[in-house]
Amino acid sequence: MYEIDAKNVYYRALNETIRSAIKNHNKDLVIENVCGQYYIGTGLSDPDVTLTIHGVPGNDLGAFMNGPKIIVHDDAQDGLGNTMNGGRIVVYGSAGDVLAYSMRGGSIFVEKDVGYRACIHMKAYKDMNPTVVVGGCAGAFMGEYMAGGTLILLGLTKDKNKAVTGNYLATGMHGGSIFIRGEVDDNLLWNQAMTIKPTDEDYKVIQENVKEFCNIFKNDYNKIMKEEFVKVVPKSTRPYGHLYIPGP
Amino acid sequence: MELTKDISGCGIAGFINRDGSLVSGIDIADSITLMKDRGNGLGAGFAAYGIYPDFKEFYALHIMYDDEHARKITEEYLDRKLHIEQHGGMPTRPIKKKRPIFFVYFVEPREQSTKAESEEFRKEEEDEFIVKLVMHINEKIDGAYVVSSGKNMGVFKGVGFPDEIANFFRIDEYKACCWTAHNRFPTNTPGWWGGAHPFSLLYWTVVHNGEISSYGANKRYLEMYGYKCTQKTDTEVVAYLLDLISRKHGLSFDMVGKIFSPPLWEEIEKMGKKEKELYTALRMTYGGALLNGPFSIIVGYRGGMFGLNDRIKLRPLVAAKKGNTVFMASEESAIKYIAKDLDEIWMPKAGEPVVVNLTEEGYKKIYGTLV
Repeated sequence: MYEIDAKNVYYRALNETIRSAIKNHNKDLVIENVCGQYYIGTGLSDPDVTLTIHGVPGNDLGAFMNGPKIIVHDDAQDGLGNTMNGGRIVVYGSAGDVLAYSMRGGSIFVEKDVGYRACIHMKAYKDMNPTVVVGGCAGAFMGEYMAGGTLILLGLTKDKNKAVTGNYLATGMHGGSIFIRGEVDDNLLWNQAMTIKPTDEDYKVIQENVKEFCNIFKNDYNKIMKEEFVKVVPKSTRPYGHLYIPGP
Repeated sequence: MELTKDISGCGIAGFINRDGSLVSGIDIADSITLMKDRGNGLGAGFAAYGIYPDFKEFYALHIMYDDEHARKITEEYLDRKLHIEQHGGMPTRPIKKKRPIFFVYFVEPREQSTKAESEEFRKEEEDEFIVKLVMHINEKIDGAYVVSSGKNMGVFKGVGFPDEIANFFRIDEYKACCWTAHNRFPTNTPGWWGGAHPFSLLYWTVVHNGEISSYGANKRYLEMYGYKCTQKTDTEVVAYLLDLISRKHGLSFDMVGKIFSPPLWEEIEKMGKKEKELYTALRMTYGGALLNGPFSIIVGYRGGMFGLNDRIKLRPLVAAKKGNTVFMASEESAIKYIAKDLDEIWMPKAGEPVVVNLTEEGYKKIYGTLV
């Protein structure tokens, strides 16, 4: 274990320290007193490296990351997993806006809520299939322009004043799957997506990921799975195909 | 060549002690300085409520002058219009750059010497009197700008990073129950001392992250009501719109939220009859006050503070609570840097204002009267 104290350390210096520690063959890094430092874990690619973060990491945590594991023992801010290519991020708390923006591989598990625009532009390619599991609720525009990957929203923090997701859900979505536990008001969906019942095949994906979620955050798997899921799917693979040019 | 990145996007922060207890500016300076990279050294500022307890009956005018000549002209004007209880240079520490001079005046409206003047500047309508005075100075006197003009409050702002500006104005020596702060990254307006945030008129102060794309439409709308936009920055319109809609028209902050950040027409279409009527009426009446473009703002006012996002939340805002204190900031880390063991942290929704008022005792403590 290699400990780093981030107290009042500027983000650039902190990231240099992390990189040089990894260069010196340290695999298990624990970073204490983090408070808002941007870009932690950005572009790292050694799959054997684990960064354990105490405190709130700054924006763009794990951006372009391709392999390592990041564990956050607090809330995370905006842009978590931005264009991430591989590896895993686990957040014991909530995360901010634009989670997993353009994510293209690896997995993200968030215990509680996420902000607006989670998983927009997420995409998949051949065997690359990004997976995001959110335990709480999400803001509006979730899955906007989503092109691939799997997003599971559990809504464990929802109540009568707090909807599981905001409006403009999956606007412009044209690929991938969104699974939401419980019911979803059709009004949230606007025009480009619809909800259907998940197939048995879909439920296998859900079960596998919810099990993983429960292992990480010590939740009751059976209780979570008692409620049914809906699947949000795009109505078209090219929702804007005729926006400017009238089609056939 | 060293690789650098502009992290562009302003930073905002604020907190309020609901019980009116006063704290120094050290915490707010630390909070906004943690987000130093959200700005680029071209503007920072602070608003503070409750800083002048000995003069709480008087309007505190913070005025910025380009030179002594502007001060002379302005002071002649002030002498003619107002009773000045006390005035002096604002306490500052040295700063390594060319900077304007700052004075504070504790004033109250008085009877005018001619009938024509008394008709325009009516002593009984004190707030209106001060608004007219501020507009006159900002528009007509070259090199003089009223930075703030409320009672028992003040704005401190300039060109620099937040820690520089905090040090320059010695904000660690002031004590306030509500502080807001800004760290600027000017995008399409100049970075000058008057263009730094907060923007203020009477007791209103606004710090803003984002861009008011509707600035032109808002400015023309405000001109119809006598507000002159002279500070070359979009955020200025927000302060004046608040004065118009809230103080003069008496609308609640909930309504202000619905006017500034209205739902899209498609959403209004899907509402029930009553709601649809309300939102349609607001869009028709206050179309000129709609704020288009991305923003998160923190507004300070007499008795409280509120935060608001644009209607689709294109800029960040986090709120948190600890006992009697409510915090807001662009980033959660900026709150946790100055407050441990928070009771609650949440992400406000687009277009829904988070309004925090002083308690009754708190209000009495700061303003000496009941609400």
